[in-house]
Amino acid sequence: MLADTTPLAKSGRWAEALRDAGLAALVMLGLLVLIVGVQTVDGEGGLTANFRFDWVLIFCGAVFAGRLAAKLGAGDAIGRALAKPVGGAVGAFSAYSKQIVWLGLGFAAAMPFMPFADRYVVDVATAMLIYVMLGWGLNIVVGLAGLLDLGYVAFYAVGAYSYAMFAKAFGLSFWECLPLAGAMAATFGVLLGFPVLRLRGDYLAIVTLGFGEIIRIVLINWYTVTGGPNGISGIPRPTLFGMPFTASPPEGTTSVHEFFGIDFDPNHRIIYLYFVILALALVVNFFTNRARRLPLGRAWEALREDEIACRALGINPTNTKLSAFAVGAMFGGFAGAFFSTRQGFISPESFTFFESAVVLAIVVLGGMGSQIGVVIAAFVLIVVPELFREFADYRMLAFGLGMVLIMIWRPRGLIAHREPTIRLHPPQGNGR
Amino acid sequence: MSEALLQVEHLTMRFGGLVAIDDVSFLAKRREITAIIGPNGAGKTTVFNCLTGFYKPTVGRLSFHRPDGALYLEQMDDFRIAQAGVARTFQNIRLFPMMTVLENLIVAQHNRLMRASAYTFAGIFGLKRYRDAEAEAVAKARTWLERVGLVAEADWLAGNLPYGAQRRLEIARAMCGDPLLLCLDEPAAGLNPRESADLNALLKSVRDDFGIGILLIEHDMSVVMGISDHIVVLDYGRKIADGPPDAVKRDQNVIRAYLGEEESAPLPPEVAADIAEGRR
Repeated sequence: MLADTTPLAKSGRWAEALRDAGLAALVMLGLLVLIVGVQTVDGEGGLTANFRFDWVLIFCGAVFAGRLAAKLGAGDAIGRALAKPVGGAVGAFSAYSKQIVWLGLGFAAAMPFMPFADRYVVDVATAMLIYVMLGWGLNIVVGLAGLLDLGYVAFYAVGAYSYAMFAKAFGLSFWECLPLAGAMAATFGVLLGFPVLRLRGDYLAIVTLGFGEIIRIVLINWYTVTGGPNGISGIPRPTLFGMPFTASPPEGTTSVHEFFGIDFDPNHRIIYLYFVILALALVVNFFTNRARRLPLGRAWEALREDEIACRALGINPTNTKLSAFAVGAMFGGFAGAFFSTRQGFISPESFTFFESAVVLAIVVLGGMGSQIGVVIAAFVLIVVPELFREFADYRMLAFGLGMVLIMIWRPRGLIAHREPTIRLHPPQGNGR
Repeated sequence: MSEALLQVEHLTMRFGGLVAIDDVSFLAKRREITAIIGPNGAGKTTVFNCLTGFYKPTVGRLSFHRPDGALYLEQMDDFRIAQAGVARTFQNIRLFPMMTVLENLIVAQHNRLMRASAYTFAGIFGLKRYRDAEAEAVAKARTWLERVGLVAEADWLAGNLPYGAQRRLEIARAMCGDPLLLCLDEPAAGLNPRESADLNALLKSVRDDFGIGILLIEHDMSVVMGISDHIVVLDYGRKIADGPPDAVKRDQNVIRAYLGEEESAPLPPEVAADIAEGRR
């Protein structure tokens, strides 16, 4: 740092930066001269070439300038300037986390009745809450137990198809099917868990990835049961104590608006769905917060930290891992059943690897093991792209850029702070 | 006279063609500190790994005498051995670094707390039975924190403790599971002389206050000679001496293993020929 201030070092630095930027521009030129510089056009009488060397020059100039700026430390300066407010915001967030949580809960409960809350807003909020719930479920497996699961969407699919089939085949209601869907998903969680007990890290990730694909491909090909690529349609909508949300209820039933003596409004069902997923998500959150303070949750975290030490302390690693898989899968199954009843139609297309990746990204960006982090990350990854719908073409670009920036400045996720599950001394100061 | 706690008979461990332990037998008794010493690569840690189930021995019987009968450790899974009352620490410390000191000690009492929480089902609703059990576990953790002098650091992340404190915490964590036999793999490694002396006092108090057996691998002779009741010496996987510290110190085999052969020992003929021709 001191050496940088001397004139000689400064000029040397400039020379080196210029040389480096020149080289980068040269590499760019080599790459682009054919790819961008020559465009093939389907003209009359065959393929003709269209030359765009001005574009190549613009690109090379941009690379030169960017590389020069990065070399001279402009990138660091911008990084520092941005990192400070972000870090400060996160710090303030940790300090007032309790108040913020209650405020957020109050907002979530009142949101559908606010003036700006039209059907679209409530729908987006519901979609976000599905991802929050999935994130919280996956957080148990990845964040607490440290088992990298890339096939989480499989359990989501199992829950969704279980609900659809039970509801259509046996005429069971949503609330009767919910535990069944959860149980089915948990069973699949254990089924996946058994073969991967000895695997960890990358190997586990690959096998779970494969498992997710197996489920999806079975759904596509087992035509007689799952309807194949056509999926299942006409899935029963949710009811409130058996009362449907329809304008003209079937014979012998009362619909909700008749029961309450209010005018029919299609938004009632949307709002009801919103509250159902809010309640389900809060159940998951309550469970996880409690479980963290129980021997089971502590064993999950201990397993993430050091499996060999766990064995030396008499913790049964098989049971601990399977319970994490089963519980995580069960919550995924609940979310799947909800998804099924909300859409009224499901097909294997809704359960691609991309969904797993998004849920995992939510968990990782939020900060492994952090409950609030998942909510923030779900907001960033689900709602923010929705807000920028006009820039549809650049959404994925911004998505990737955001991920890269977060990983540079907060490599352990937005909320990396871990609250101890038990304390001997009351917390003091900043809770160190 | 103290009774037998762990009886190792004809323990042999082969990794492919390599014989890491070759027909080792010894006895560890209750209320005694048994040290296993030997040069590097003698197979000490392999003995530990066989005892605690991390390796399955090729040959041998490991009888662990509990008050309610004997168990054969060579047939059991590692975590079952730990549940049966054999606790261990590791040469390269294995704490849960991102959990607090107190949490490390609570995790060590996992099985008892798991039963108290009715395998989570009762614990989820915060029943009194579980809360009492947890308070008891915290009280026990606290007594151990007092013993190893880490009460003030109880809410620190274990990974942030200084090295010596991490060693002490690992011993406290092993003891929180109420073991009958405590296996320590080089507990004094990396400690300064004062910390070593503190460790000696801690291990003696553990032996005397809890009446358990301690099995110790150690290079630091001040620890070994200061507190061991009984020493087993290994070299190249074979037992070369076994007895009280004073006898082992004078044993010719032990001196040879540590200090090498005497000058007068004959050189191999081809080496002698090389030297004679001036090629070495």
